[in-house]
Parts: sequence; C-alpha cells; structure tokens
Amino acid sequence: MDAAGIAFQILQSVFVVLAAPALLGWVNQCRAWLQNRKGPGILRPYFLLWRLFHKEAVVAHNASALFRATPYVLFGCMWLAAGIVPVLATDLPFAFAADIIALVGIFALARVFISLAAMDIGTAFGGIGARREMLIGFLAEPAMLMTLFTAAFLSGSTALTTIVETLAHREFAIHPGLACAAVAFLMVLLAENARIPVDNPTTHLELTMIHEALILEYSARHLALVEWAAAIKLFAYMTIGIALFVPWGIAEGSDWLGLPLAVAAAAAKLALAGAGLAVLETVSAKFRVFRAPEFLSTAFLLAVLGMLVHFLTDV
Amino acid sequence: MNLASFPSAEAAVGIGLAWLALGAFSLLESERARFVARGVFPLSALVSFALAALALRTLGDPADTLTLPLGLPDLPFHVRLDGLSAFFLCLLGVCSFGITLYASDYFRSESVQKLRLLSLQYHWFLASMTFVLLADDAYMFMVAWEAMALSSYFLVVTEHRQGTIRRAAFIYLLIAHIGALSILLCFGVLHEAGVEAYSFDALRQAQLTPFWASVAFLLALVGFGAKAGMMPLHVWLPDAHPAAPSPVSALMSGVMLKTAIYGLVRVVFDLIGSPMWQWGLLVAGMGATTALFGILYALQQNDLKRLLAYSSVENIGIILVGLGLAMIFFGSGHPEAGALGLIGAFYHCLNHGAYKSLLFLGAGTVLRSTGMRNLNEMGGLIHRMPQVAGYFLVGSLAISALPPLNGFVSEWLMLQTALQAGQLDNGVLRSLVPLLAAMLALAAALTARCFVKAFGIAFLGQPRGVVSEHAHGHGEEDASLFERLGMAWLAVWCLVLGVFPSTVVGLLNQVSLSVAGAGLPPSALEAGVLWLVPSTQARASYGPIVFLLVIAVVVLITYVTVRVCFHGRLRRAPPWDCGFPEQTARMQDSSEGFGQSIRVIFAPIFRIAQRVPNPEDAQPKFELRVEDKHWHGFYLPIARAVEYLSARIGKLQQGRISTYLLYSFVTLIALLVFVR
Repeated sequence: MDAAGIAFQILQSVFVVLAAPALLGWVNQCRAWLQNRKGPGILRPYFLLWRLFHKEAVVAHNASALFRATPYVLFGCMWLAAGIVPVLATDLPFAFAADIIALVGIFALARVFISLAAMDIGTAFGGIGARREMLIGFLAEPAMLMTLFTAAFLSGSTALTTIVETLAHREFAIHPGLACAAVAFLMVLLAENARIPVDNPTTHLELTMIHEALILEYSARHLALVEWAAAIKLFAYMTIGIALFVPWGIAEGSDWLGLPLAVAAAAAKLALAGAGLAVLETVSAKFRVFRAPEFLSTAFLLAVLGMLVHFLTDV
Repeated sequence: MNLASFPSAEAAVGIGLAWLALGAFSLLESERARFVARGVFPLSALVSFALAALALRTLGDPADTLTLPLGLPDLPFHVRLDGLSAFFLCLLGVCSFGITLYASDYFRSESVQKLRLLSLQYHWFLASMTFVLLADDAYMFMVAWEAMALSSYFLVVTEHRQGTIRRAAFIYLLIAHIGALSILLCFGVLHEAGVEAYSFDALRQAQLTPFWASVAFLLALVGFGAKAGMMPLHVWLPDAHPAAPSPVSALMSGVMLKTAIYGLVRVVFDLIGSPMWQWGLLVAGMGATTALFGILYALQQNDLKRLLAYSSVENIGIILVGLGLAMIFFGSGHPEAGALGLIGAFYHCLNHGAYKSLLFLGAGTVLRSTGMRNLNEMGGLIHRMPQVAGYFLVGSLAISALPPLNGFVSEWLMLQTALQAGQLDNGVLRSLVPLLAAMLALAAALTARCFVKAFGIAFLGQPRGVVSEHAHGHGEEDASLFERLGMAWLAVWCLVLGVFPSTVVGLLNQVSLSVAGAGLPPSALEAGVLWLVPSTQARASYGPIVFLLVIAVVVLITYVTVRVCFHGRLRRAPPWDCGFPEQTARMQDSSEGFGQSIRVIFAPIFRIAQRVPNPEDAQPKFELRVEDKHWHGFYLPIARAVEYLSARIGKLQQGRISTYLLYSFVTLIALLVFVR
C-alpha cells in the first residue's frame, strides 16, 4: 500500500461522490430531449441537493434514532461502494478490503437500513415500500452475485481490480457467458436503481412506487443524503457494468500520465451509458409491481445460465 | 504450567460433572428460589466461561484421552478431547455463558417448584452436551446423546399444562429417538465383526467396503439430520423450540443443533475417514433444499419464536452445504478447497450459535415484558425497550449476512469454496457446485427480507395491539441487568467474529487439520490479522477491519460536514397522512402482508388455506393459514400407513384363549417344519 495508491484511492472516491449527481442530471436531460422537452439541465440535481441541505428537517413524532441515522449509513455505504469499483484506475489499495461479494453485501446493508427506516414511522406507505424493496432485493441480489461470479470464474478472482485487469487484457470477443451476464446485469441495474420498467423515479403514484414510498417521510438534509446516495448507487452500478463489460481505457497501476485519458474514457463511457438508460426508459413502460419478480427471476436465471455457459465453453 | 502435561480431558470432564452437581444442588436447595436464580445460574455461567477458555486453549493441542471408571463392567467410558471436540466445546462455552447469565434474570420470577426442576434439567442438559462432545466410544456417546434428548424434552414440556406444548414435545421425543436408532445402527455398521470394543479408536480402524461405508454414512445422515433439523426431518423443530422457555430455545437452537453437526463431522471425517464426493453432493443438495425451504417457511410465520426456529432450519441447511462442499472437494482430491469448506461450515456453526441465541433471548425479553409472541400484535417496541431493540438489530443484521458482522464471513467463505469449482475434474460437479452458490445467495437474500420483517414489524412502527394484561415477569419494561449482560456478550461475539475473521480462521484451520488432516495453503494464513484470504490475495480477500474503519470514518465525515456546512435544525411533526386523517396503527403492514409476495411467488411449496371476504359479507373476515407441506405430504401418510397396518395386525388379537392356543400351535408346527 503506497502513497500513490492511497492518493488514487482518495481521488477516485471524491471524484465519484462529486460526479454522481451530474450523471443523474445527464440521464434526466437526455430523457427530456427524447420526450421533446427542454429539460432542467445537467446541474439541476446539485441545486436540488443544495436547497435541501438548507431546509429545516421535519421528522415524525415517533421516529426513532434508527430513522435519523439511516441517511448517514446509506451515504457511507454508497461512498464505500464507490471506493471499491475501479472507475479511473485499478490500483486501489482499499479494494482488497472488499471483493465483489462484499460489494453486494454493502448494497444489501444499505437496502436493509432504508427498508427498516421506512417501517420506522409506521405509515402504510413505508411498510409497502419496504416490502417491495425487499422483494426486489431478494431477487436482484443473487442475480447480481451470479453476474459477478461469471466474471470471477473468467478471471479466477473475486477482487474487482483483478477482474478488471484480466478482462481489460482479453481480446475483444463476445464471450457467451459474459453476454448472458451482461443482459442480466442490465436488468438488475434497472431494478436496483428504481428505473423503468420496475419503478418510476418521477412518479408519486402510490400504487406503483417503490423508492419514493421508502423515503416519503424524509425531508431536508436527510432527504438530500438519501437522494445523493441513490445517485452514487446509479453511478456505482454503471461503473461496475463498464468495468466488467467494457473495461478498456482504464489506468493500470499508479499511472499518473494515463489519468487524464482514463477520466476522458470514463466520462465518455458514462455519458453513453446514461444516454442509453434514457432511451431505454423512454421506449419502455413500467410493469405492474407483480411482474417485477418475473423480470428479476429471469435476470437471476440468465445470470446462472451465463455462469454455467462459462463452464461448458471453457472445457 | 507445562502445557503438555495439563490434564485437559480431566478438566473438561470436571466441568461436565460440575454442571451435574449444580443441577442436583439446585434440586436440594428447595426453599430459596432467589438463591437458585441468583446463585446457581451465575455460578454455572462461570463454569461455561471456564469451559470456553479451556477449549480455546486446547484447540491446537494433540488429542488427550482418558478412560473413566464408569459405565458397564467391561465397557468403561472413554473420553477424548481433540481439536474437533475442543472447537464445539468452545462454542458450547461461549454461547451458554451468555444464555446462562440471561437465564439467571429471566427465571427469577418463576415459582420455587418450577425453578428447581428447571435448573436441574437445564444444567443436566448442558452437562450431557459436554459429554456428547467428549465421548470417545459409541456407548458413552449414546448414553450422553439420550441424556441430552431427555433433558431437553423435559425442558420443552416446562409449560406442560398446554396441550400444544405436550404434543410438540412428544413429536420431538419421537423424532429424536428415530434419529438415535439410526445413529446406533450406524455405529453397528462401522463396528467390525470380531472386534469387541465399541471405542471410536476401534471404529476408526475398521476397514469398510465402499458399500458399507455408504450405508454407515446414510444412517449417520438420517440420525444426525433428524437432530439438526434437516428437511424433511425438521418438523419437530419449529414446534419444540418455541415451546421451551426462551433461554432454553436459545440453547437448543444455538448449541444443541450443533452437536448433531459435530456428530456428522465426527462420523464422516473421523470414523469413516475418507468421504466420497457422491456423499458430499447428497449432503450439499439436502442442505441447499433445507436452507431455501427453511427461510421460505420462516417468512410465513407470525410467531416470532417460530420464525426464529424455522430460520434455524435454514442455517442448518447452510452449514450442511458447507460440509457437503467440503466432502465434494475432499472426495475428489482437493484438500485445500475442502478445508476451506469445512472451515466455512465450522465458522457458520459458531456464528449461528452467537446470533441465534441472541435473537431468541431478545424474543424472550419481549415475551416476558409484554406477553406477546405474535408479530401482528407488536410494533413500536423500539420505544418501549430500546436495549432489546438494539441487540435484536445486531442479531438481525448478523444473521442477514451483512458486512461487517459475523454472518457475512461464513457466507463469504462458503461462496469462496463454491468458486473453487474450476478445480474439479468432473464436468457435472463443476456445474452443480456453482448452482449451490446460487442457492446460498438466494437463501441469504431471503434471510435479509425475513429479518427486515421480524425487526420492522416487531420493533418499528406504531404499537398494533394493547399490551396484554397477563404479561408475566418481574415488572421491568426493558431488559434487566443480567439479561442485558447476556445479550451484550453474544452481541459482542457477533461483532468480534465479524471483524477478526483471520484469527478465527487460523484457529479453525487447526481444527480442520486435526479432523481431516488438511488445512488452508500457507499463503492464506500469512496475510496477517487485517485480511481474510482463502488462497492468495490476488484471488480474493476481505478486510473487515479496514471495512469497518472506512465506513465509520466516512459516516463521521458526512455527519460533521453536514453539520458544519449547513445546520442541524430539526422539527417534530405528525407523519404525513396522505390527506386521510382517520389512520390507525392497524393500517400498517402486517406480518402476513410482508410474506404475501413470497406466498404468491413460491405458492406450490406451501399449503395455503385462505378465505378472502367478498363485498357483501356482513362480517368480513380475512383468514389465512399457511402450513408446512411436509407434515401432510410425508408424515401423515406414514402415520396412516402405520395405523392401517396395526389395524390389520390387531385383528389377530381377539381375546379368546382358544384362538391364542391355536396361534401357539401353528407357530410350533412352523418351527418344527423350518428349524431343525
């Protein structure tokens, strides 16, 4: 663990936390363009966060300490996740502390906390939100793990940095196992980040919402942290996808010269992925909640299939 | 003191005898209930602590044997303390220390008569578990095993005035005896003809053909599986564990189930010696099914203790998956991966002992303080009993396999074992082992859902019902001092086992070396206290200390930054009522509601009887009953077949002396014809 590595680590973590709202803004902007609207601009999420931080927090009378602590835990979890996923460089000394299984564990930790916080007040919405979130979670989490395992089998390691290094040196060829995993991963990404077709991030229609139902009782700084954490989560998921399926261009080792190139490559890939997400959200409609398990069990089975295909083709 | 000459086996036997003495003593000390609760139980906790310390110290030592001058004339009791015994004794000591401390407060308000008996059974239960783990011959093992079954049976029927509890205890006793019979037969198969002694040494030396070894293995699997709660032999567990007083439930779930795991490991890895991979596949398959079914049933429970009991079934399934993986890898010649699986299974035993005991104790305090065990009556308990809520939350997070607590470590180790599947030569195995990983991941995610339900419905939200009048106990709302101490001890273990896994794995590696003769590669053990590494750090590593440190620092930075840069103003207000002010606490999500989507997705595995009222009903009532299919699909047909057969055979019995004479005459003729 050298100084350069730690510098890279801190730089990347801060970069991700600061850049995450911009990605969300970019997705919203693209969607607005596609829907023939002018759009609020990429920087809109930052203004929103700024405004929320300045407001006075309103908390229900019977809220417990758990309710108030959760936004911080959530934000901490997401920050941690952002620190593990190689976005700019693969020389991340902290990445040894948590491999892909631990990464899924961090997301699960965040999910359990937000669900518990939603149940804390005891309103009907909170309970329903928690129930739906855990429904998404119990299917998405193993699907995500299986997707990552496919990559782990390919590279013989569960450390994300090693996986990315191995995959980046691979020749460009569509591996059938990895292709299945990529589709499964995309489905998990949509479900985990409350995007269409599983959830609609722009609605407050009570019968369908998941994410919004969970955070209905939050306001001001608590809401800001929760929303920011959600933005980092989307960012982390996209970078995981990029790291697994299109890792080329990442800076290897403590390569300061490669850094500008890596930033440019990451920005370009993320912009493309964000635009893709906006297209996907525009052309598809939201499912009924009852269809979500079907959607996610498809993802789970696809991911398992991808893992098995790897064994069949790799003999 | 010279380590080599330390009489560790004698000391362990002494600890067992001390428990026997404590039990007998509390029966004699008939007048002073307070003395039993306040004197005997804390003393017994000290004995537990001594046991844990002794076992931890002898973990890496060579086996220490002892022959006791007890038992039948030609069949003395053999005692042996080796790595495997020491590990499980350590588990027993650690868990029972917390549970016994808790029990000294929990049982305080019981009547003298009841407390005397309870204390006797409780301590004899502890002693019999100790002797099960120490036994080195089939005879002593079976005696201790039966003593364990009987003492726990009497503990289960503590509230014997309720019919359901008597029935639960009866089924427990029945299945315990079917299991014991199977274990006895297993020892019989292992026993080589001609050799007189039933000592484990003689059994170890017996040369078995693969066929007879497999028969012995299957008998052991049925016998120990019945005790551990493996599907479909689990039906006694969700009835018996909740029926017992909470500290006893904790002891049964946290420790007694592990003695069955101990037995299975002892027979397969030690007595038979060389597991075959086919056995591993069977064990892992049974384990994965048990884990999935267990957690799915747990999700449908409304009774908190029953939910915990079903979750114990799930955890036993996970342990069996770990053991099965170990057997697969050992059986196909990959001892390093096998050792990893074995260590994962042992680790999970320890973890489950810590967090399930903790959760049962938490449920116990809720029951004592409010008289409630139905989740649909609870709610908002975090305000009434913040201490219990805190400990229950730690237990819930740990059991949900969330980092950085302990449940995650064993989950991680088992997934890492499954990821070694690439080494296997057999193509079928290579694709089946990752499937086990998928089942494990699914079970873990479902566990998280289950415990969000348990904690969220019981402790969060608003109170759903009125606190019942007949709440017993000693008047304290939250956990009392000793209850807190007991739970704190177990909660600390949940954290310690989660944060210092490499130290624990180092110790478990010695256990694996002593029982299976193989351990982890040296590169795994040299990584230092910070990193948990299964083979090399480039392959995989997990550093919970760094993890915990970073998450704490990040949360702190966020908190301070938000406070410094902005403000900390907070206003309390009523929650948003969605424009509908007539809301009551009963409009919160219920326990059935939380299980609804699972019920729909996995409908075929449940036996559901549901009655939904229609709009015209004058008195609309929603009814739902979800039952275990095994009971109707497996046990009742067997019971009917037995009844049918006995009815047929009963026809022979007519009560007329002339008919019986005829039977004797026919039998005599038959004997004369066939036997010369």
